[in-house]
Amino acid sequence: MEFVSQLGSSTLDVLSYLGSLASLGARAGYYTLVAPFKGKPLRLQRAVSQAMDTGVRALPILSLITFFIGLILALQAAYELRRFGAISAVATAVAVSMSRELGPLITAIVVIGRSGSAFAAEIGTMKVSEEIDALETMAISPIRFLVAPKFLAMMVMLPCLTIWANAMGILGGSLFGVAQADFTFGRYIQASIDSLLLRDMTTGLVKSVLFGITITAVGCLEGLSTGAGAEQVGRSTTQAVVKSIFLVVVVDLFFTVLFFFAGN
Amino acid sequence: MTTGQILPASPIEPVLSLRNLRVSYGEREILHGISFDVVAGETLVILGGSGSGKSTLLRTLVGLEKPSAGEIWIKGRDLAKTSAEEMDEIRRKIGMSFQGGALFGSMTVGENVALPLREHTRLEDSTIEIMLRLKLQQVGLEGFEYYTPAQLSGGMKKRAAVARALAMDPEILFFDEPSAGLDPIIAAGIDQLILELKRAFHMTIIVVTHELASAFLIADRMLLIDKGNIVALGTTEEMRSSSLPRVRQFLDRIAEPEVSGELDYLQMLTAERPDAHNAAGKRG
Repeated sequence: MEFVSQLGSSTLDVLSYLGSLASLGARAGYYTLVAPFKGKPLRLQRAVSQAMDTGVRALPILSLITFFIGLILALQAAYELRRFGAISAVATAVAVSMSRELGPLITAIVVIGRSGSAFAAEIGTMKVSEEIDALETMAISPIRFLVAPKFLAMMVMLPCLTIWANAMGILGGSLFGVAQADFTFGRYIQASIDSLLLRDMTTGLVKSVLFGITITAVGCLEGLSTGAGAEQVGRSTTQAVVKSIFLVVVVDLFFTVLFFFAGN
Repeated sequence: MTTGQILPASPIEPVLSLRNLRVSYGEREILHGISFDVVAGETLVILGGSGSGKSTLLRTLVGLEKPSAGEIWIKGRDLAKTSAEEMDEIRRKIGMSFQGGALFGSMTVGENVALPLREHTRLEDSTIEIMLRLKLQQVGLEGFEYYTPAQLSGGMKKRAAVARALAMDPEILFFDEPSAGLDPIIAAGIDQLILELKRAFHMTIIVVTHELASAFLIADRMLLIDKGNIVALGTTEEMRSSSLPRVRQFLDRIAEPEVSGELDYLQMLTAERPDAHNAAGKRG
């Protein structure tokens, strides 16, 4: 009996957390997409500098990681494919799995580590030092002031980073292709492009936008719900990373299933 | 001296008026029915020990906590029943100086002070620049607009926070523990600043503190709050000569400030208010 009541209460906790996420997402969406046309301008400058932080400064590490992932994928695929004498299919395997799945996912995970955690820490520190309260007493919505620029930056930068990650993954695969599978670099790239359908790209990009929304919502919500004291900021940051990774995988699963049955 | 100088209204009409205000955190009621009036131009000091509910009272007055019952009238509107838009409108008429300053670390002092002006007015940058200088001058921080909050000392942070609270020419100014964490000389400087604001602009000021020396210096009237109830409300003279046991206990405790501490800390940790009799001799 106790088990059932515990199960019930944790289910309620999860639902109420998802509710808060949705509510934060909706309010941030309002301030990002609707309010600017009602005379409440978005802090574009802030969004741009946020985009620099989230996007441009992530490029070196993201490039390195996805290049290696591409290379690993090629090696793993070749291990199976060479038994069938189909080693030239490596290009297709890498290109499709990068752009449909691993590109968006690896990008999301890198961004969670760099930016999702930073959002929670930044907003959490502001909460602890009463800066969020100060914004409210000045009649400035913390959602508009702090969260909306991050949403805009993430919604734009995640797809961009994902495209870059796909390209770097294919580049990583080409290293194997050229060295071991009798491709020239040009032919490898051509084979990769030929194997990709537009929908392989779009499903990945749609997912990446949703990942961006998820990561921002979780990071900002964890920051805003930070308790009193500096150690709570650390807790919020950890929670933001753990919950973001989990939710990104859940969103990924949901949309992969959806795309699968929709024939995409 | 500055734009939008506030003139004292008719002394009978209260600027702020509380009617049977109750505030709860979940099941636990913190304030059990608080009622008082504040008239224009007066300085009211809210005194009370840790856990007395004085901070909750202040947070409720500036709209950071929702009352569970009762009314808060500011400028003829009930804060407890306002929409978000009305709330924002009222908030533009009040200024709040937080305990730690609550300056935005990512902005300079100047950007901090100018923020409410940039967000709520359509003034030219050059006008904002002039107003910014005036506000910084008022708090004795001229020339510090390009400093970041991290480069300021504790007292200067407080002053910068006051300048930001003054930015929109508020009609009521709230202070949370203005002298907390400051050395006596710097704290006395903040007291002087409050007195100047009162003399020069006839501003209505509400201060929450437990520093008795500072309270007696700046207050027109004082309110002692204990365990969520008003114990006494009166002028500084009335408080000094009061024979109410709780008032005497609080005021005379100035001689033994080191006794307090441990219990306060325990109280904070457990969020429990100990029984009045057990707590005698310590802060309520």
